[in-house]
Amino acid sequence: MADGSNALADKSRRRFLTRTGAAVALGLAAGVRFIDFPSARAESSAVSGTQRWGMLIDSSKCASGCSACVQACSDEHGISGHGRPQTDAQWIRKVTLRDNESGRETSLPLMCQHCENPPCVDVCPTGASFRRADGVVLVDKHICIGCRYCMLACPFKARSFVHENLSDQKPWSPRGKGTVESCNLCVHRIDEAKGRVPACAEACEREGHGAIQFGDLYDPASGVAKALAQQESQELRADLRLNTGVRYQNL
Amino acid sequence: MTPRLNFLGLLPALILLCGIAAAEEGSALLPPIPPPAKGEECVEPTDVMRRDHMRFLMHQRDDTMHQGIRGAKHSLVGCIDCHAQTDAQGVVIAVNAKGQFCESCHSFAGVRMDCFGCHSAVPAADPVSMALPERITSPALAAVRLASPGVD
Repeated sequence: MADGSNALADKSRRRFLTRTGAAVALGLAAGVRFIDFPSARAESSAVSGTQRWGMLIDSSKCASGCSACVQACSDEHGISGHGRPQTDAQWIRKVTLRDNESGRETSLPLMCQHCENPPCVDVCPTGASFRRADGVVLVDKHICIGCRYCMLACPFKARSFVHENLSDQKPWSPRGKGTVESCNLCVHRIDEAKGRVPACAEACEREGHGAIQFGDLYDPASGVAKALAQQESQELRADLRLNTGVRYQNL
Repeated sequence: MTPRLNFLGLLPALILLCGIAAAEEGSALLPPIPPPAKGEECVEPTDVMRRDHMRFLMHQRDDTMHQGIRGAKHSLVGCIDCHAQTDAQGVVIAVNAKGQFCESCHSFAGVRMDCFGCHSAVPAADPVSMALPERITSPALAAVRLASPGVD
């Protein structure tokens, strides 16, 4: 990486230059940026498969009883319930896993896992459920007929159906009766020119937990890709071979 | 007898003239449409927008939804940002409320629009302006990372 420094006689100077050169070369090769949010794409260009947005959730950092991510999601997308938990829309939920033998409890947020091979897309009869080139699984509500096959197909129970007329939707998050919806990875935020992390990750960070790390899985310089390369992680229902974009640690 | 006949002969011409005058003014052909609340001019000439706004919207909708292309000029949010009126108390009125920009023409033309079953009909109350969290924006952290690429 630092072949230009070979001719130098001074050993310590050479080491210094080698290190700096390596750092700079790695930075250039991997495209290290000054913020952790790599948005290589201009707002006006189409998304491409060179990126894949994803998350790494460390459940050991996720505090039981904290639901800041759920609240942030509701605020961001204007999701409010009617006091009917069975049918109210929910894009992200807190789940507690309990090991019956040891009694150990693990807390984690669960939302659309943004699979590479999404079952919801397979079963959609109209093409409304689709996977964007950069890995975000979305519902095109313009062509969703509300059949709810995708809700049945999803192994994570990540999707909701809107049963009632809505008002006061957020301009950046259109939602309406008769369509299915789920976590969209705050696509309006990540599409911005500067890019912002999804609301849940931001809220978790603000609460001081930092359990949700967001980034480009294909960018070796991103924090998520580095952590995935260096530490153990797992995907939920790995047996289904969905290659989820959301990964978990310390379950 | 003769003057009365003359008057009857002129009547069709008079009606025609009135018709032309009304058409030029536009008042007899279109309902009263509230003027845009802000902005100098529309993204396209008025006659083009009247005829083709639905095609522009449909085209951009698919580009944005499926390819993530943002910031193009034919945006529904853009329409609403300029055309939503505020009442005397300064409260924003929805563009699909009675007599407002979208509703006035659509009810006149007998065309049902279902945009606002899902889309907000008022501009964003609080423009999206939240900054990235401290840890993520910190240039100091980025500098550390650049100097020692092994440490995250």
